[in-house]
Amino acid sequence: MEWEVVIGLETHTQLQTKTKIFSGASTAFGSEPNTQACVVSLAFPGVLPVLNQEAVKCAIKFGLAVNAEIAPRSVFARKNYFYPDLPKGYQISQYELPVVGKGSMTIQVGSGDNAYEKTIRITRAHLEEDAGKSVHGAQEGMSGIDLNRAGTPLLEIVTEPDMRSAAEAVAYAKKLHDLVQWIGICDGNMQEGSFRCDVNVSVRPKGSDKLGTRREIKNLNSFKFMQQAIEFETRWQIETLEDGGSIHQATVLFNPDTGETRAMRSKEEANDYRYFPDPDLLPLAISENDINTVKAQMPELPEAMKARFQAQFGLAHYDANALTGSRGTADYFVATVNEGSDAKLVANWVMGSISAKLNAEDKDISASPISPSGLASLIKRIQDGTISNNAAKQVFEAMWAGEGDADQIIESKGLKQVSDTGAIEAIVDEVLAANASMVEEFKAGKEKAFNALVGQAMKASKGKANPAQVNEILKKKLGA
Amino acid sequence: MINKSLKQLGAMLQGKEISSVELTQEFLNRIDRLNPEINAFITLDKDRTLSQARRADEMLSAGKGTALTGLPIGQKDIFVAKGWRTTCGSKMLETFIGPYDADIIERFDAAGAVNLGKTNMDEFAMGSSNETSYFGKVQNPWDRNRVPGGSSGGSAAAVAARLCAAATGTDTGGSIRQPASLCGLSGLKPTYGLASRFGMIAFASSLDQSGPMAKSCEDMALMMNVITGFDKRDSTSLNREKEDYTRALNKPLAGLKVGLPKEYFAEGLGPEVAKVVQEAIVEYKKLGAQIVDISLPNTQLSIPVYYVLAPAEASSNLSRYDGVRYGHRAKEYGDLMDMYCKSRAEGFGAEVKRRILIGTYVLSAGYYDAYYLKAQQIRRLIAQDFENAFKQCDIIMGPTAPSTAFKTGEKADDPVAMYLQDIYTIAVNLAGLPGMSIPAGFAPSEDGKRLPVGLQIIGNYFDEARMLNVGHAYQQVTDWHTQMPEGIE
Amino acid sequence: MSLKSADIKRIAHLARIEVNDIEAEATLSKLTGILGLIEQMQAVDTTGIVPMSHSQDVTQRLREDIVTESNQRELFQSIAPAVEEGLYLVPKVIE
Repeated sequence: MEWEVVIGLETHTQLQTKTKIFSGASTAFGSEPNTQACVVSLAFPGVLPVLNQEAVKCAIKFGLAVNAEIAPRSVFARKNYFYPDLPKGYQISQYELPVVGKGSMTIQVGSGDNAYEKTIRITRAHLEEDAGKSVHGAQEGMSGIDLNRAGTPLLEIVTEPDMRSAAEAVAYAKKLHDLVQWIGICDGNMQEGSFRCDVNVSVRPKGSDKLGTRREIKNLNSFKFMQQAIEFETRWQIETLEDGGSIHQATVLFNPDTGETRAMRSKEEANDYRYFPDPDLLPLAISENDINTVKAQMPELPEAMKARFQAQFGLAHYDANALTGSRGTADYFVATVNEGSDAKLVANWVMGSISAKLNAEDKDISASPISPSGLASLIKRIQDGTISNNAAKQVFEAMWAGEGDADQIIESKGLKQVSDTGAIEAIVDEVLAANASMVEEFKAGKEKAFNALVGQAMKASKGKANPAQVNEILKKKLGA
Repeated sequence: MINKSLKQLGAMLQGKEISSVELTQEFLNRIDRLNPEINAFITLDKDRTLSQARRADEMLSAGKGTALTGLPIGQKDIFVAKGWRTTCGSKMLETFIGPYDADIIERFDAAGAVNLGKTNMDEFAMGSSNETSYFGKVQNPWDRNRVPGGSSGGSAAAVAARLCAAATGTDTGGSIRQPASLCGLSGLKPTYGLASRFGMIAFASSLDQSGPMAKSCEDMALMMNVITGFDKRDSTSLNREKEDYTRALNKPLAGLKVGLPKEYFAEGLGPEVAKVVQEAIVEYKKLGAQIVDISLPNTQLSIPVYYVLAPAEASSNLSRYDGVRYGHRAKEYGDLMDMYCKSRAEGFGAEVKRRILIGTYVLSAGYYDAYYLKAQQIRRLIAQDFENAFKQCDIIMGPTAPSTAFKTGEKADDPVAMYLQDIYTIAVNLAGLPGMSIPAGFAPSEDGKRLPVGLQIIGNYFDEARMLNVGHAYQQVTDWHTQMPEGIE
Repeated sequence: MSLKSADIKRIAHLARIEVNDIEAEATLSKLTGILGLIEQMQAVDTTGIVPMSHSQDVTQRLREDIVTESNQRELFQSIAPAVEEGLYLVPKVIE
């Protein structure tokens, strides 16, 4: 029996607002427990919610970024359940009428020859408030509750069950992660809990159009774990069914140490959330005008920018894709090009040396010791022939290590290449004279001898000769 | 002096005939004497109260006094007040000290009024007799064996027994108007959204409103000027131009079209109450009013609709009382579930528990459409009834309650019988309209007691100034509102 | 609809209110009475009627994203049943 896995994602993104969604308490991360829990966050008797305008803006930005319907009228609803990190005994969320409706996102899966594109449909995205945190070990047998996080704005983004592999799910999650940072609505910090994915997994016989019973893997906060969890869960569900068992709807946690998923204990009965519209809030109205105002403030989206890079700078699809992977990278690229550097050269440097360094040092491009103008000045010296490509690599290393700017390093390390035609001619003449046998071999048809002669010339010039000119002059002198 | 109006007392304070401290002390002495039996107040804090009085006197000396400066007001214990124990009539909040001030408390403070103390009420505002309070029943000053009405029974009894110059109440299904009727005072529930709910402990969010309870419409107008106004901390608070509710008090009533809903004078209305109300209508004719017969066909349905919506909202609003951050926590419990279940079972009284269970039930899976949604639809029909009625008349009148004050314990065992008390008042909350009750006379009880009867006046949205004018005109030609119960001198 | 004692217990559990068997029985008759009252609604045809939650046709006002609340932990926790090192203590939550 061939099986197919069906995956849908629900992602909770913490919105990058200064204050909570329904109160003026700060959302800054890492403060002492309960120092950012105001009367509303603590659900004292008599307090009421008032909606944060910035949270609404973030929702509109997201809707625009995924080409989604933005509801002209949406409603907040209470999701009722008891938990110590939920002070009101209900979460204010959106149920029947969410702020963002159907949209889509195109993802790239795999690499090289196996790479393909797929469009993932987004069912909806809605605004809601985050719960507080439970801290264990405060006292024997007790948990400590910190409500600083309670009330932080969340945008919950839900997809259709369109993904058919762990790879597709991770590709979607990564792209969404990049996108929400790109448009500036979420800082994407998964360690701090800014971006949390729940994955719904079910399996069915290949070819069937009926959905199997799904289990939900909760609170995955790394892409690596997401991959492992989905793979394990898929295998487990298939094995269970093949053994004659059945899958029961359950909420499941992933254990990174064992690599296994396991159903949670206390989520006994399916929760009856008793949703009803929150009478303390009025319907949220969003006009065409509101949307256009936000649209005007939005940065160019990755897809559009990618197309532009290809059209304007003649970049290859793959390169344009890599450069628009994150807003930081794209901004860096554009800034460098704006200083006058050749776009293709910039692309190569950013995707090559800079990227390699950042990965090795686990840094984000914003922490690059070489600024766009720094890179531009390096590229300028390549473009104007001052240094060779080889020398450029040395200069780059030195610049990264903070040894100075391009010109300073070129000077101090004496890396200027020799481009004086007369000087090179003299060197070539010497080399030809000293390597008569190689010349013979070349004239006899051995192509490799040419390269050997180039090598000799470079050696003779202590690497400083302009390689292109050496080539040209050597060719001329050999009559080739 | 205890029978003087806010306006008169204000004049005495401005004229330095008396100081706020003296006035306040007088009321505090009366409370000492009479409250142990009447039980209108749950919490007193004499030091704090007198220090507010002293501050008021300073304000007056500096010429910064306003209409309510220096006047001792009873505050219903549903309003969170900073540093004051705020119980909402419940064991759940027996030791809860307010960490902030409700909007209404801030406004009275800013006006220089004096907080005389927290008045008794049905637990979490659920009740029509003040018999569900954890802090004991309240006696109706007109007959100590009878209820004052509810849920603002403490405020009503306090004003009736002249233990304060005026008081605040809240009204979700009639909780200002019905006790006002049963205790012979004036009470007003404003249009929904005019008075901020920030700091008012929530019962049913889409129905709750705070309002004044005083000895006259003129007094209520002064209080309305303080109570109402936009509050950005309440999303349902309306941002309208500030009004002076005293502006129209003395307008003549000639030509006023008064609608009498036939459903309000049908079966269920006690004959002794009907008689008094009819006589009041006659007075209004003399004042120039024109009577129009109207119909509010969905009146009967207002009770089931209310008893779906209010408990539903309440069941959710009361979920925060879990013993985690404040309020009652059980002394003994096992795990977390046990802590929740015991703390809430111990902290809430029987009526509150019943309503939470009903509310939870009507919202539960499979029932939402049949109950909650259906109720919200019928609610619109009820609002439309009034919309149609106001095309034919300017103001609607009728009885506030079907009977006069009933005996303590008489309806306590029969929730449905208690709920039917609200038949004339509930629809007003459902529609969000303003409603007022003024004393219209007395009816004899079966054991010969003279018990107050209230006339209800319902206005169109934002028509409070006219309603107060209509009530004031009646109070110029009658003296029901100035009469005091026996035995409280 | 007829309620049973088991229904009461189920609802009470949802509402996190402990109700023993005796209380469940006592509540049963009272709740049945109230539910009977509510049944009256079913007689009304409400097809096509838009549910009403607010009387005025207003929409949600938005708040500026500015911090307005300061740290008042000491005051707020002075009335808490159980607190340690700034955390509210509850029986351990087992996942």
